[in-house]
This record gives sequence, structure tokens and C-alpha cells, in this order.
Amino acid sequence: MDMILRSYGPLLLRAMGQTLLLALYGLFFACIIGLIVGMMSVLKNRVCRAVALVFVNLIRGVPMIVLAYMIYFGVPYLWNNVLGRSGLTFTALQAGSVCLALNCGAYMAEIIRAGIESVDVGQMEAGRSLGLPWWRTMQRIILPQAIRTMIPSIINQFIITLKDTSILSVIGFPELVNTAKNVVSKTFMSFQTWAIVGAMYLIVILLLQFAAKYLERRLKQ
Amino acid sequence: MSEERKVKVRICGLQKYFKTHTVLHVLNGINLEIMEGEVVVIIGPSGSGKSTLLRCINGLEELSGGDIIIDGHNISSKKVNMNKVRESVGMVFQHFNLFNNMNVLRNLMLAPVDLKKATKAEAEQNAMAMLERVGLADKAKAMPRQLSGGQKQRVAIARALCMKPDIMLFDEPTSALDPEMVGEVLEVMKELAREGMTMAVVTHEMGFAREVADRVIFMDGGRILEEGTPEQIFGNPQHQRTKDFLNKVL
Ligand SMILES: Nc1ncnc2c1ncn2[C@@H]1O[C@H](COP(=O)(O)OP(=O)(O)OP(=O)(O)O)[C@@H](O)[C@H]1O
Ligand SMILES: [Mg+2]
Repeated sequence: MDMILRSYGPLLLRAMGQTLLLALYGLFFACIIGLIVGMMSVLKNRVCRAVALVFVNLIRGVPMIVLAYMIYFGVPYLWNNVLGRSGLTFTALQAGSVCLALNCGAYMAEIIRAGIESVDVGQMEAGRSLGLPWWRTMQRIILPQAIRTMIPSIINQFIITLKDTSILSVIGFPELVNTAKNVVSKTFMSFQTWAIVGAMYLIVILLLQFAAKYLERRLKQ
Repeated sequence: MSEERKVKVRICGLQKYFKTHTVLHVLNGINLEIMEGEVVVIIGPSGSGKSTLLRCINGLEELSGGDIIIDGHNISSKKVNMNKVRESVGMVFQHFNLFNNMNVLRNLMLAPVDLKKATKAEAEQNAMAMLERVGLADKAKAMPRQLSGGQKQRVAIARALCMKPDIMLFDEPTSALDPEMVGEVLEVMKELAREGMTMAVVTHEMGFAREVADRVIFMDGGRILEEGTPEQIFGNPQHQRTKDFLNKVL
């Protein structure tokens, strides 16, 4: 254990940094996707709702590992070899971020939809009856109330997404799990290495949870 | 009344269907005119379409057929900006629907400020005046959840009044209240009627109808079955359905 920490500690820490970077990119775009798709699913317009429904179910129905292979290998192959264009490649970070963003975005969309639907329809009607436009009522009245019920689910989804970054070791991104595999293959100390890696995830996630609890308390006031 | 009064709301051949798994014909050829300053009370059994009628006037429901003309604007026309129409038609709901995420004062100020009807300072001054009027000036900083039902409903009325509407719609404003709080809300509504507000009120408070209504409308099965002065409707109803209904509620 000591030896691994001493020789590979900095490497693993840097790998954790990469994991967090990937998660951050993924979550950032997931929030944008989730907000857009989530809003689409509560609009009156049927086409918007249908598009949102298809997106969410498509992403939820496909394992993320398949999505990762598809984006990293499949899409450039289609572009360069089948369509005969050239020069499209993704870095593992790009493909990984897109993959996380799509996957987490679909779940965020569902959380946002459910949060909005949990607010009494009377709130929207009261806003509209005063002459406020739909979007304005959404912004000023519905979303502020919905966000409170959404926070725990959103934090939960953040944690899942943070852990899901490990799946992206399959496309060679040097995040924590991928790096740990290399350490194990050099040292053969698999128990010690994986114990350290597990503890690292645990610490980050616990910190995230503390931050979330603090935020939740602040929002309640 | 001898002098010519302006028609505020004209409803012609209004039809409303709800299409779920079946088609529900909720309003079937409603014709109604509401004059400026008139108080119309709408009564009728549950499911007869009273709420739907009010919601159509406010554009909360799309019309399936017919026309509603408010102050000369046909609200079923695509050209009419429904938000503009709603600014001048206030609505009070059975369940108050105060904005839960803001205090009383901000509930009142939100729409006037957001729609640039007033500056913040004007809106606040006006909001305080309206709260004074419904007897709740001391609750300006309270959150909706801290108010009693009667207080909530009075705030809701004040909120609608802050938009300076020229028509007010009330959908069973006292039905969700404990009996001892009904009076305080009706009092505010009576005051409003006395000041000449044009009002359409769905209620089961027959005492209020007798005292304040210029006209009472009895609805059944999506139609207006009977209308007249309170004396006519309560004293000498023409239809058996009206008699049955009144026997049950009086
Ligand atoms: N959004 C909706 N979708 C489907 N059906 C509806 C909808 N709103 C109302 N209805 C139906 O329309 C009919 C009339 O409803 P409405 O609320 O207008 O009646 P009401 O006269 O106000 O009754 P109550 O006295 O119980 O409030 C009812 O049968 C109701 O179930
Ligand atoms: Mg009703």
C-alpha cells in the first residue's frame, strides 16, 4: 500500500483530476441538454414532446459503453470510410464528454420534467391569468419551486455520472480506472491499488454530498 | 336600468369539447352578455361547465367553437394577443394559487412590474394600497403558507386587482374555506361590486347571489338553462331542474 502511494500516488491523483475534468465537461453539457429536453417535454407542442420522448428513451435504452464505442469509433468510421469524407477524429476527452453529456442529459431531462410537473398546475394558471407569458411564468414561478424538489435527484445523478466516467476507460481516456489498471499491471498489487482507487472515489463523492446538503439547506431558507 | 350600458363580454354560440379517450361536450352553445359594472352569478350542479366557462373567458381553455368578445376584441381570433386580454381580466381561483415561492408583496408586484405596467416603486405603492383595501397590509412580508385560507383568498383578489383589470372572474372563491372565513372574502367581493366592477362569479353562496347579483344564471349540462334577476331565479324558477337544484342547496 505504502509503496503504491509513494510511487504512483501523484499519477493516481492526476488521473483523478482527469476523471473530474471529464465529469465536469459531461455534467456541464448534460445540464444544458437536460434543461432543453426537459423543457421540451412539458411544452404544449406535440412535436417537441415527441422529440424529447424519443431522445430520452433512446439514450436510456442503450448501455453507455455502447454509446461510447459508437461515438469514439463508430461516428468517425461512418464519416471517413462510409461517407468518404475525411479527417474526423475525436480525442477520448471529446468523445467521453459527449457520451456522458448525452447519457446524463437524458436522465436530467427526466428529473427536470418530473420536477416541473410536481408543481401545482394552478401556479401556471395564476401566472397566465395575470397576463404573464408562459415562459415568464416558468422562469419566475414554476422553475424556482421545481428546483427545490429536483436538487436531491440532480445530486444523485451527478454522483452516478461521476462514477460512470470509469466506463470511459474503454476508449482509452486516462481517467482513474484506466490509470489504475496500468498500475496493477506493473505492480501486480491489485487489492491495494483498487482499495486506494475506491477510497479516492468515495472521498470525492462524500465531499460532493456534503456540498449538496449544505446547498439544500441554504435553498430551504 | 334606463341608461345605455356598454357590453363588456359577449359570448356567442360557445362550444367546448374535451378530447381525452372519449369526447366530452362540456359547453354546448352558450350565449351570454355581461354589461359594464354588472355582477353575474353563475350557479349550477357540479360538472355543468361553470368553471370551464370562466376559464374560456380568461383564455385558459381554447374554444372549440363560437366567439368570445371582450371589449370588442374577439379572443378566438389568432390576431389577438391573449396575454394583453388577460391583463384586463382578473381571475380568482378556488384554491387561491398564490405564488408559493414569494411573499405576499412580491405576489402582488410580480405581474405589474414584469409586464412594465408600473415601476417598482409604483407597483409597491399600489400593492400596499390593495392590501390595505382587503385588510391585510400587515401581511405584506408573510409567505403564502403562513396565511389562513381566507387571508390567502383576499391576497389573491388583491393580486388580481393590482393589474387594474376591468373584469373580474371568480371561480368558487369561498368553496375551499372554513365557514368562519367565508364572510371576510365575500365582504371584499361585495365592496368590489359596490365600486362598479364587472364581475362573473361562480359560487354556491346563495346569500351572496341574492344580495349582490344583478343577474343569476343557472347552468346545466353545458347550457344556460335559465337566467334572471335573483328574485326571479330564487323566487320563481321556471325549470324543474332549477327547482331541484335550488331545493338541494338552499
Ligand atoms: N381539462 C379537462 N379535461 C377533461 N375534462 C375536463 C377538464 N376540465 C373539466 N373537465 C370536465 O368538464 C366537465 C365540466 O367541468 P367544470 O369544471 O367546468 O364543471 P363545474 O360546473 O365547474 O363543476 P364544479 O361545480 O364541480 O366545479 C366535467 O365533467 C369535467 O370532468
Ligand atoms: Mg368548477
